[in-house]
Amino acid sequence: MNPTESLSLHSMSVALQAGQVSSRELTSEALQQMQRLEPQVHAFLTTTAELALSQADQADQQLADWRKNKTAPCSPLLGIPVAIKDVLTLAGVRCTCGSRILENFVPPYTATSVQRLLDAGMIIVGKTNTDEFAMGSSTENSAYGPTKNPWDLTRVPGGTSGGSAAAVSARMVGAAIGTDTGGSVRQPAAFCGVTGLKPTYGRVSRYGLVAYGSSLDSVGALGLSAEDVALLFCQMAGFDARDATSMQMPVPQMDFAENTSLRGLKIGIPDEYFIPGTHADVANTVQAAIAQMEAQGAEIRRVSLPHTEYALPVYYLIASAEASANLARYDGVRYGLREPEEQILEMYRQSRSVGFGSEVKRRIMLGTYALSAGYYDAYYGQAQKVRTLIKQDFEQAFQSVDVIAAPVAPTTAFRLGEHTEDPLAMYLEDIFTLPANLAGVPGLAFPCGFASDGLPVGMQLMGPHFGEATLLRAAAHYQQITDWHLRQPALSLPAGRS
Amino acid sequence: MVIIEPMSLTHEEVDHIAQLARLSLTQEERDRYCEQLSAILDYAARLQSVDTHAIPPTSTVLLTRSLLRADEAHHGLSTEEVLKNAPAAENNQFRVPPVME
Repeated sequence: MNPTESLSLHSMSVALQAGQVSSRELTSEALQQMQRLEPQVHAFLTTTAELALSQADQADQQLADWRKNKTAPCSPLLGIPVAIKDVLTLAGVRCTCGSRILENFVPPYTATSVQRLLDAGMIIVGKTNTDEFAMGSSTENSAYGPTKNPWDLTRVPGGTSGGSAAAVSARMVGAAIGTDTGGSVRQPAAFCGVTGLKPTYGRVSRYGLVAYGSSLDSVGALGLSAEDVALLFCQMAGFDARDATSMQMPVPQMDFAENTSLRGLKIGIPDEYFIPGTHADVANTVQAAIAQMEAQGAEIRRVSLPHTEYALPVYYLIASAEASANLARYDGVRYGLREPEEQILEMYRQSRSVGFGSEVKRRIMLGTYALSAGYYDAYYGQAQKVRTLIKQDFEQAFQSVDVIAAPVAPTTAFRLGEHTEDPLAMYLEDIFTLPANLAGVPGLAFPCGFASDGLPVGMQLMGPHFGEATLLRAAAHYQQITDWHLRQPALSLPAGRS
Repeated sequence: MVIIEPMSLTHEEVDHIAQLARLSLTQEERDRYCEQLSAILDYAARLQSVDTHAIPPTSTVLLTRSLLRADEAHHGLSTEEVLKNAPAAENNQFRVPPVME
């Protein structure tokens, strides 16, 4: 079997249901690929081999029962391995958030998004690496060492869902869950040459997601195609009473057997996303993909999102302010690291100072300042008002177009260590992904070619609130006429093949 | 609108922020955050040039108000589960250093 074909969720599902392969076999293959490549890639913080194999045996039993008595349809995800970013809880399996402060934290409950994948019969093979508390753009801020990009081990995989993107890119798993507060699903998807969706704010429950920026956080999916990402997304989405921001909206039913088409789709091209400073290969590759979509019948229109340049400072003030409040809970009292101090105030300070890494402390400091007496109106208050203008830009643009196309990031995967000394340079990697989080709209990243250095380039489609299906259908059509999403890094091929 | 001049944080201001955030910084961190936070705040100062007169703040992008759930009792975690991750516990409670002398 072609390795890429075999990891498409659809083909795995067909093979499982037909009894051509067992879930135990697929799970063992995933665990073997992890064992072979983890020393180089380091996509996982925890592997759950034993749990996975026992889940796989259960899935095989369910599949056998289903084949005997096909009264109800079989879940298309039953028996398929998946990886979970280590900021989402799975009861009984440690959840570190890439931080020393949670090194030994074993959550007593399971995140709703994860539970829904378990309900569908998916097999959890491990928890993936992330920048500490999902703060970063490269996975280098993990307290447990960086993940490497499977396309070039001297490069970052992007972040913060870098472990999830690398695990899919290296063909350890066909699908993984990530989270996106400012681009953390889309940018690593682009850097690793896979497809990744950040859903509408409120679409997927965040119960069991360790909070970072609560007005921005969303749970998303990564996979080898838009079709696979849609399967995961539709399974995770939908109302959950345990998340106060969860929306009561019907989940789209997506059938990719129907003929997708780009005919008549109005694609907006924002001038503000095609600016000097973007790597020429990235801009040209994305432009070529847009031209290809036009050739397929899409209507291309120029649109303007005039407040785009303010998204970066707005994001870092709001996200840091929310982080400073959310991370106040790590005080050494109820869970997490405690430093042995005699005075309670000193215990708080030492536990937090030893437990948190430098980017997390930087953002807590920035957010504390932005919220402090005398500066609140000038920083946090002003950022919230400019956020309104950014949101209105999108509302305006979506009156004349169905989707907006843009690059995912201004560069391809950069070198490990390239930006670690300069936080602002690192933050600039997120300029094209932050606005969707500020506006709460969905964004989809998918491969659209390669730069001259051989690294994948991603294209981003953004849509109006709850417009995920339009994005996924457009990308699925693009993936029918191109094969960028099928290219895989050399190291992921079975030994002896190239 | 409050006008913020391009600015650099003093070491005393960094100490004050760290105090509020319950962090203790090494001398090296103090120097580094002084420089880096100043650079980030300088960059953020560009927001002051945006006219936001009569623009309401956005604190959530939710389209509709979320519903309140029915006021019914649900089972939460057991005491044992709650205390399982505690660095120190005693008599079904979290144990901490003395808060008052």
